[in-house]
Amino acid sequence: MDAGMLQYVFPNDTHAHWTLMIVIYPYITGVVAGAFIVSALAHVFKVQSLMPVAKFALIFALSWLLFVTAPLLNHLGQPQRALNMLFTPNYVGPSMMAGFGYIYMSYSILLIFEILIIYRYELVLLKERSNGLKKVIYDVLTLWTNDKSIEGRKFDHKVAFVLAAIGIPLASSLHGYVGFIFGAVKTVEWWFTPLMPIIFLLSASVSGIAGMILFYILIKKFTNKVDEIQTDTIKTLVKLLWTFFIFDFLFEMLEIAVHAYGGTQGWHHVSGLLSGPLAWSFWTMQVTTLSIIPFFILGYLSLVKVSRKVLLIVAPIVSLMLLIQVLFMRWNVVIGGQLLAKSERGFATYHPLMFEKEGILVTAIMLIAPIVTLWLLSKIFPLWESPCDKELLH
Amino acid sequence: MNVKVTQEIIDSNRRTFIDKVIKGTIGGSLMLMIPMSSKLFGEVLSEEATLKNTINPMNLKANYCFMVDVSACIGCGNCCVADRKENNVPEGQYRTWVERYVIDMMNQIYVDSPNGGEKGYANTPLHETIKEVKEAFFVPKLCNMCDEPSCTQVCPVAATFTTPDGFVLVDKEHCVACGYCIQACPYGVRFINEETKTADKCTWCYHRVRKGKLPACVNACPTGARKFGDLNDPQSEVFKIYHSASRLRVLKKDLGNEPQLYYINLHEEVV
Repeated sequence: MDAGMLQYVFPNDTHAHWTLMIVIYPYITGVVAGAFIVSALAHVFKVQSLMPVAKFALIFALSWLLFVTAPLLNHLGQPQRALNMLFTPNYVGPSMMAGFGYIYMSYSILLIFEILIIYRYELVLLKERSNGLKKVIYDVLTLWTNDKSIEGRKFDHKVAFVLAAIGIPLASSLHGYVGFIFGAVKTVEWWFTPLMPIIFLLSASVSGIAGMILFYILIKKFTNKVDEIQTDTIKTLVKLLWTFFIFDFLFEMLEIAVHAYGGTQGWHHVSGLLSGPLAWSFWTMQVTTLSIIPFFILGYLSLVKVSRKVLLIVAPIVSLMLLIQVLFMRWNVVIGGQLLAKSERGFATYHPLMFEKEGILVTAIMLIAPIVTLWLLSKIFPLWESPCDKELLH
Repeated sequence: MNVKVTQEIIDSNRRTFIDKVIKGTIGGSLMLMIPMSSKLFGEVLSEEATLKNTINPMNLKANYCFMVDVSACIGCGNCCVADRKENNVPEGQYRTWVERYVIDMMNQIYVDSPNGGEKGYANTPLHETIKEVKEAFFVPKLCNMCDEPSCTQVCPVAATFTTPDGFVLVDKEHCVACGYCIQACPYGVRFINEETKTADKCTWCYHRVRKGKLPACVNACPTGARKFGDLNDPQSEVFKIYHSASRLRVLKKDLGNEPQLYYINLHEEVV
């Protein structure tokens, strides 16, 4: 770049077209994928210490899953045509975005079936104790069966195992795929890297696990059941979080290191972005405050014996930091990529407003909605391990 | 006497001649200096049909291409005015625009395109830090009609597609306005039309070409900087240029989109 060169962006390219909505879309999807991994570790790999949150993980994933399409629909200029992506997709391209529709649909169906199967016996028991509307809801959710036989429950168990096993690659591809949507855009140097799907997948796991730790502890605290929190479970989740985060952060930095070392023309453009419009949100927030500090805290919690009291205070705080780190990462990827002007001579701008259609308030509502939904779902699906879950083991 | 009379006649004719030469020079210069309104050009050039003989509207095997001769563009903006009028493009959005490149003696490059160059550059001052101009030129931009378009590849509903005769178009009845094509286009020619709320872009005036007419911007260009024709037609101007020693270049060749918009005499500074 020549010094003193006048900034110039193409006249249609002066602002980011993909807004906050597209920042929170991969964020919400990521939480879903990450939470499912925790549930799969319990149900498929039989990690005993994760059993207490195995069911919570599924409902937590579902509450976020229901809102994956909300920001997308709000962003579309013609939302009434959204289903055309499924009915008349572009299979010649093929379009990665259309493909996401199928993966999302498949995963949604799988997750709902997994939940209904795992909860079936418990829901039958709850049905017997309920009446009115709740009984009707349980009747529908159990598909009008009252089967409490051991054979039936063993069969449920097998089906749940298979579904969870299928769910692991499906949940992984769900979020790896979101990374592909960005990573395959060759016109944006900041996106165009094969590492993008991997980074998205790993950061999804981080946000999902961090969300689980935070809400496991918060819900127990707010319901005055702190004693029920399993230290072992938190410890395992913290170690899991640390492991995923190490790989996540490593790949995030590797991507930049390889580009910087290569020093291509594209890198000159990207480095201007990282030292300019993204300097604060990338280096100060995503990398330093919300990655390096949590890395050491998580390392301490994982490697050093800490008291239960400290664990229950520090673990949710560090989880919240990582939840915000992932949000910053989504912003830096989605918005950052669009700030790189295609004229290669400067940057576009994006300043979301509080009260616009795709503004800050709507974004906040969409991020709070899954938590409210989790509360509503907890009225129907008991979030925690019940005595009947252990019966089959004996 | 006769000699005197003859001398007077000669003097008078000489005076008249010089007078006419001076008036003609001033008048001619004024004609060039005073920017003509686009309306005037529109009227003059509305006769069009210059290439009617060579464009066969029903020829689906034509290999249409667009050429821009950078050395011929005077930055008048008539093309942009004609395009906006022809295609009802909302204000502030651009199917085509003209960029001004100014390179100073320190080899610093200044690029601008206020209002997409639509109002011409006659009244647009140069950037204040420019002391001495080494080189200046105008670059019209429009859809590159790629042979390997990344916009059609990413469209989730195939609302943007390539016609059998090689035009990349958008079907606004099917577009969901997700904006993926805007991200994928290397040239920034796409936008979400404020009025239709769907993706929009330059079509090389497909609706006119299919009737045997030239694109509106080509029609409005006073200097022939914008050229359009069939590369399969040996009689067309674009064929002749394509097969001559002219230096042709496409934009962002490395991306592999294989644009069908060629630039003649394009400087390497242009992106």
